[in-house]
Amino acid sequence: MHKNDFVRQLQTPGGSMRIRQALNLDYMLTGILMTLCAISLLVIYSAGGQSTLYVKRQLVFIVAGFVVMGLVAQFPPRVWERWAFLLYIAGIASLTAVLFVGVEINGAQRWLNLGFTRLQPSEFMKICVPLMIASYIAKNAIPPTFRHVVLAVLLIFLPVFLVIQQPDLGTAILISASGFFVLFLAGLKRSYLISAFVLALAALPSLWFFVMRDYQKQRVLTLLNPQQDKLGAGWNIIQSTTAIGSGGWSGKGWTKGTQSQLNFLPESHTDFIIAVLAEEFGLIGVLALCGLYLLLIGRCLFIGLNATSMFGRLIAGSIAFTLFIFIFVNLSMVSGILPVVGAPLPLISYGGTALMTLFVGFGILMSVAGDSKTR
Amino acid sequence: MNDDSTFIDLTRQHQIFVTRVIIACIVAIAMGIVIVARYFDLQITRHQDFVTQADNNRVHMRPASPSRGLIYDRNGNLLADNRPTYNLTIVRERSQDMDQLLVDLDHLIDISDNDITQFKKRLKRRKPYENTALKYNLSERERSILAVNSFRLAGAEVSARLTRHYPNGELFAHVIGYVGRINEEESQAIDTVRYSGTDSIGKIGIEKYYEDSLLGQVGNEHVETNARGRVMRVLSKVDPLAGDSLTLHLDRRLQAAAHAALKDHRAALVAIEVKSGGILAMVSTPSYDPNLFVSGISQVNYSALVQSRDRPLFNRAIRGQYPPGSTIKPIFGLIGLQNEDISAEHTIDDPGYFYLDGVERPWRDHNSKRGGHGKGVDLAEAIIESCDVYFYTMSVDTGIDVLADYSKQFGLGRITGLDFPGEQSGIMPSKEWKRQARGEPWFNGDTINASIGQGFMLATPLQLAVMSARLASRGKVLEPRLVKARNGVEKPAAEQSAVIDIDSEHWDYMHRAMRDVVHSPRGTANRIRKDIGYNMAGKTGTAQVISISADDEYDRDKINQRQWDHALFIAFAPVEDPQIAIGLIVENGEHGSSTAAPVARLVIDEYMKNQPDQQLGQR
Repeated sequence: MHKNDFVRQLQTPGGSMRIRQALNLDYMLTGILMTLCAISLLVIYSAGGQSTLYVKRQLVFIVAGFVVMGLVAQFPPRVWERWAFLLYIAGIASLTAVLFVGVEINGAQRWLNLGFTRLQPSEFMKICVPLMIASYIAKNAIPPTFRHVVLAVLLIFLPVFLVIQQPDLGTAILISASGFFVLFLAGLKRSYLISAFVLALAALPSLWFFVMRDYQKQRVLTLLNPQQDKLGAGWNIIQSTTAIGSGGWSGKGWTKGTQSQLNFLPESHTDFIIAVLAEEFGLIGVLALCGLYLLLIGRCLFIGLNATSMFGRLIAGSIAFTLFIFIFVNLSMVSGILPVVGAPLPLISYGGTALMTLFVGFGILMSVAGDSKTR
Repeated sequence: MNDDSTFIDLTRQHQIFVTRVIIACIVAIAMGIVIVARYFDLQITRHQDFVTQADNNRVHMRPASPSRGLIYDRNGNLLADNRPTYNLTIVRERSQDMDQLLVDLDHLIDISDNDITQFKKRLKRRKPYENTALKYNLSERERSILAVNSFRLAGAEVSARLTRHYPNGELFAHVIGYVGRINEEESQAIDTVRYSGTDSIGKIGIEKYYEDSLLGQVGNEHVETNARGRVMRVLSKVDPLAGDSLTLHLDRRLQAAAHAALKDHRAALVAIEVKSGGILAMVSTPSYDPNLFVSGISQVNYSALVQSRDRPLFNRAIRGQYPPGSTIKPIFGLIGLQNEDISAEHTIDDPGYFYLDGVERPWRDHNSKRGGHGKGVDLAEAIIESCDVYFYTMSVDTGIDVLADYSKQFGLGRITGLDFPGEQSGIMPSKEWKRQARGEPWFNGDTINASIGQGFMLATPLQLAVMSARLASRGKVLEPRLVKARNGVEKPAAEQSAVIDIDSEHWDYMHRAMRDVVHSPRGTANRIRKDIGYNMAGKTGTAQVISISADDEYDRDKINQRQWDHALFIAFAPVEDPQIAIGLIVENGEHGSSTAAPVARLVIDEYMKNQPDQQLGQR
């Protein structure tokens, strides 16, 4: 049993190396995460009008995140493989609950009120769904057969459907992406891939006519022509591109960004935080951040490639690419390539639930990494 | 399953995974390149555009209001100043939902429907991002309510502004006039840049005539604002230049004395400094409080002013045109002497009426009981006792055109050229005038009517005062002036003024006669001579409001008070070296001697009281 290994290792005298191994933490990953979290605090301080309110709260989230990550890392991948189904069921249950007793903010019902804090179950689905699919596919044939693919797709679309009802199209797309990556990495047949792509294209019009709400369509139209309604729908995107563009090479300096400091930038500490960073630290800052992300994703892939179990590989690989997609969607949305959807910038945006989900993911990654090392 | 196949299977699974990771990586790198290209495009290629846009967002140019020039009387008393007031203004672009904002504001402080109607009107005329006033003169309480709630009132702002104030209220309303909100018509005509810092403009009076000097020069400041339009800091500024301050010839003491004496009448008085032509007092009663107009007068107050039968808004001093009556006699007498139609020795017999050859109807002598002024009436007596028949007789000889010609030099029949808007010209009739205005030929009867300042003749109180001043100065033609100095610098007087061509002995004669109007027991204004410490010259006048047929007596009891005769009086003093000249009229005051003359005495007393003694004694 792994647990016995853990206890034995702790009890064996043999220096810090042993303890580090025993704690099962990947130090490179931890280092990158800490750097990103530090950057996050800096930018949030500036974006929040130089008040420490959000910084303090985010610091609590970060500390909690590292603790959660450490705890998750202590359980071997097998445990998570086994628990995946239960987590998935719990996730579906809470998503259903949101539809009935959720808290409505800004016209969307996404939150569950737990009394002391609000929880966004759809965020947790970003980790529950790939866990579920990875455990399901790893248990069965690789590459997945038709039957398994169909069932996996159904497993993906159940939570996606529920999230669309909130409505939260952005998160829904990200959840399906995270599930899809598992299938893709598991070696989904090319014919399936092509037909899925064709199906998706064919589904676009019906998505437009039947699924998308008016405000969502508006966001797509706004992307095409933001100048049409400068003070209304176009405001966010005009202000964010202005903030980014006015940053230049090296930016206006920390807390010196006029767009963010004078409140022209909406949601500057959450979804649009990259605009603050781009304005105050310039393209150099953006590239530095991208470099850190590259390291992070690279490390995740490295862990995936070295994983001993199929489940470990799939979950590590899908977390890596899901992370990439999150980053990509956020950076494109704020810079006006994609329509505005509610997608925070991983590890940088203010917000507890998203951060916690990410740390759970990194915890699982470490669990996978630790598993391969101890073998 | 043996170990080998499992191993091969596992290897194959791993290979599939590796291949897929590589494919995904390639796609991801491609997507990453798109992102980087996009940020490069925004931050480097189009950097300048966005810098401009960001600056346009935050930097706004605000006009800095110049403070309007102050107005003083000759002794440095403030007649118009500026006081800070606080107004609630709205920038429409910065309010998310303006109607909602108005509702929210109405919950906090009282905003009347009228405020909103006016506001919407102003909103149509404003430029983008311009402050539009919603409510003026916020109280301290309203200001603090708004300050506390400012965070949820995006677009609304309390702005301090200097507002015109007239400390003397109605006392100078007709002279100084007032400023008011720029209306639609005016906004078409003005230079919008010059007026970008103000929403007021001189509407009437000195405020209007000297608008250009009083306005000042607008400054500007570049300010950084946040997304809610709140000013964060001032980046640069060009200070505004205050308007010129004006010192008027007016003397508040004389103005107050005249106003106090006349305020219960419909009347007007103008006092002129003889040596300079400066207006010492200009009163028209009833008056009104000009402060009411500064921030927009309420409908109720405005209706009250407009509908009053006494017409308080009507500036009688310059726009009221009255028959000058007998006040015209001194200058006609002078003209007759100069034209040699009469002489100092010339006398007539006055039976109390006058017949013109070929006209059946006689002209009555209004200033004597039946029987007339008797035999041997000379010019002096005709002035002192105001004998009409003397002038009836003389005027037929002199002829209207000679009378008109000279009278114009005394200021009648044309605007005096006062630095003031809206002056009326009155009427000094002539043959030419009648042909053009009435399309009729001139009759001798018209001349006879004109000879006692009746008939077609009309003059404003200002013209009476100017005539009196020119009588006093022995024919020096000085244009009357209100403004004495700008920014403390006095305007040089005109080097050479025209002089009316009348011989010196005639002036002496007429000054003596006019002195006797006041000082002789037979003088029509003799009731004001009591305890007078100086020599005053004067001439009373009565102007008919309704015509009474020659056979009827004027009976005040039979006619409405508003149709009673107007009382007029002209005067100057001291006779030896005239300093002050006055023209005044009291509507329906009946007799110049009883209602008008005492007021002139009061004002001149006030003036003489403040003259240094030695100046009186000189010359």
